Amino acid sequence: MSAAQWRHAMNAGAGRLAMGRRAPAPAATVRVPGATPAERRYLSLLAHIKARHVVVLLFVLAYPMFATPFLTYQIGAQSLALGLIVLSLTFLGGSGGMISLAQMSVAGVAGYMLAIFGSSGEPAISFGWPWWVAATIAVVIAIAAGTAVGWLSVRTEGIYTIMITLAVGVAFYHLCLQNYSIFNGFQGFQRVYAPTILGINFRDPMPFYYLALGCALGGYFLVKYVLRSPFGIALEGIRNNARRMNALGFAVTAHRVAAYAFAALLAAIGGLLFTWYNGLITPNSVGTSWLINVLIIAILGGLRHPIGPFIGAIVFVLLQNFAIDLIDRERFNLVIGGVFLAIVLFSPDGLIGIWATVKSKLITQRGGKS
Amino acid sequence: MTRNARWIWAAVLGLPLLAFACWGIWDNERLFFVTLLNGLTLASLYFIVASGFTLVFGLMRNVNLAHGSLYLLGGYVGYFVAEWSGYYVLALAVGFLAAALVGLVMQVAVFRFMQGEELRQTMVTIGLSIVMADLMLWIVSAQVHQMSAPDWLLGPIRDLPIIRAYSKFRISLLVIGVIIGVLLWLFLNRTRVGMMIRAGVDDRAMLAATGVNVNLVFAITFAIGAGLAGFGGVIGAVELSMVPGEDVRLLLACLIVVIVGGMGSVVGAAIGATILGVAETFGLAYTPTYSVVFTFVILVLVLAFRPRGILGRPA
Repeated sequence: MSAAQWRHAMNAGAGRLAMGRRAPAPAATVRVPGATPAERRYLSLLAHIKARHVVVLLFVLAYPMFATPFLTYQIGAQSLALGLIVLSLTFLGGSGGMISLAQMSVAGVAGYMLAIFGSSGEPAISFGWPWWVAATIAVVIAIAAGTAVGWLSVRTEGIYTIMITLAVGVAFYHLCLQNYSIFNGFQGFQRVYAPTILGINFRDPMPFYYLALGCALGGYFLVKYVLRSPFGIALEGIRNNARRMNALGFAVTAHRVAAYAFAALLAAIGGLLFTWYNGLITPNSVGTSWLINVLIIAILGGLRHPIGPFIGAIVFVLLQNFAIDLIDRERFNLVIGGVFLAIVLFSPDGLIGIWATVKSKLITQRGGKS
Repeated sequence: MTRNARWIWAAVLGLPLLAFACWGIWDNERLFFVTLLNGLTLASLYFIVASGFTLVFGLMRNVNLAHGSLYLLGGYVGYFVAEWSGYYVLALAVGFLAAALVGLVMQVAVFRFMQGEELRQTMVTIGLSIVMADLMLWIVSAQVHQMSAPDWLLGPIRDLPIIRAYSKFRISLLVIGVIIGVLLWLFLNRTRVGMMIRAGVDDRAMLAATGVNVNLVFAITFAIGAGLAGFGGVIGAVELSMVPGEDVRLLLACLIVVIVGGMGSVVGAAIGATILGVAETFGLAYTPTYSVVFTFVILVLVLAFRPRGILGRPA
């Protein structure tokens, strides 16, 4: 596919992004006489913070205080862990224009390595090393795996990327399923629990929630920072026109592989959290339905903004837990598939897109009245 | 690539394969040839399903990730028709028609309204595949549906050299695969619609400009592509079996076949299907727990040296 066609596909399809992100630019209008450059930067940063940011931050911080342990753990912590994995996909898809379905596999590699190097219910395979050694090794190996997937798939573009990453992800699933000497086959690893540090047991809902929240906030702001760095801007340039960026002297392939490596870091940390959350890692955790679920959550929330994955994850988890009350438990896939179809068909920018449309409509209405 | 380099690569890849083949024949003649035949018959099934996938992609640039669901649909429909009527051939025909009809509806009701938006189409096919898989699970339950071969294909062919006896049904698969391949070739190269499809693969805009009703050509192609998946499903219902999850397996096979063979090329699909089918069966026969790794190595090798597949052309 030529660059022009690809650009067209991305502009028309789910990748219609980033147009709105630079909208609140006039932050530089904050002029305080006599302020040093550092202070001025600090003030311009403050000017970006709006009431809704403060409200959301206070809400997520205070959430476990008034929510039941079930809501804290099942809904809150799960959404945050999932959101972090999905964030890696939206980073790749949104700013890099590469939709990789193998992000859940990268997260799964981290989870498996955690179980293999750390302790689990399979002492015959697990090394039983301390949790922080196992977690570090897991993240490093997952980054290596994610980079390898990236190296393989950056040779292709657009829908080819989806196909190849899907093939890689399903192949990894089958490997986990068939191999007993390393991945323990169908059983996987049970009892992979979060550690106890300084007397705080991270298996308890509230500590685990704050652990997940810390990682999620870290990932969120890291992505925001990377997107505004020269690297992130070059990546967006490559998404919009790889050939032109190449002519300008940017190493297109290297940037793309680096994006995969960064996304793998996010996915790996999300994978560790998700494994601890479930207390186990099995081939099912990296099965096709989860590969697709990650994409569903990403599209549900919207690729335009790094908050999208978390919104999508909350909706997904809420549906997963409370769809039972609406219809049969068995029919969850029907509900989520239907919601996904509706979003893709009617609002390609996801829930963020709906929010943006509603907001712009309200503004024009208000403008019309006055 | 210069001529010498090509020879070197052929030697690097071919010699180990040749050595393995010699060892395999020397070690256990019968196992080797039975495995080879099993691989070729599996390849035949892969080819039938993947040729529909690649046909649709070649013309419409639509990666139909619901192709596996159409396969499963065809299989279930074929199973119930065969049970009701007792005719295998009728099951094949109805399986083809049912999947073709669903494909036609998908093209006319959904994809026509998002032409050129490839990524969005792909997302829609993902959503459709989830919904279809769950609907089928709802209707036919998760139990295994295994169709038995018709009487005239039951039992083995005896008195063959080396391998002694081999299943008639599996041999018939090879024949069907070849027939489908020839029919597709005739359809694409000798009929007017086929000519339009080939022209559309090369340049859609130009085809429309010459006054051809492109929407009609698209609908026909999508119906045939989906129908081939359903047809493969009826065969798969006998050779493999029908359970939820088979759709993903076949979809993965299709993806690998067209990535290896080259997107949009029917001949490429045949080459890719042969490589994948043979590699998978040999992997299962000789190293059971690592057979997926072979598939993966093939994928990596092809992508490393021919990123668009063996017969792929720049789109």
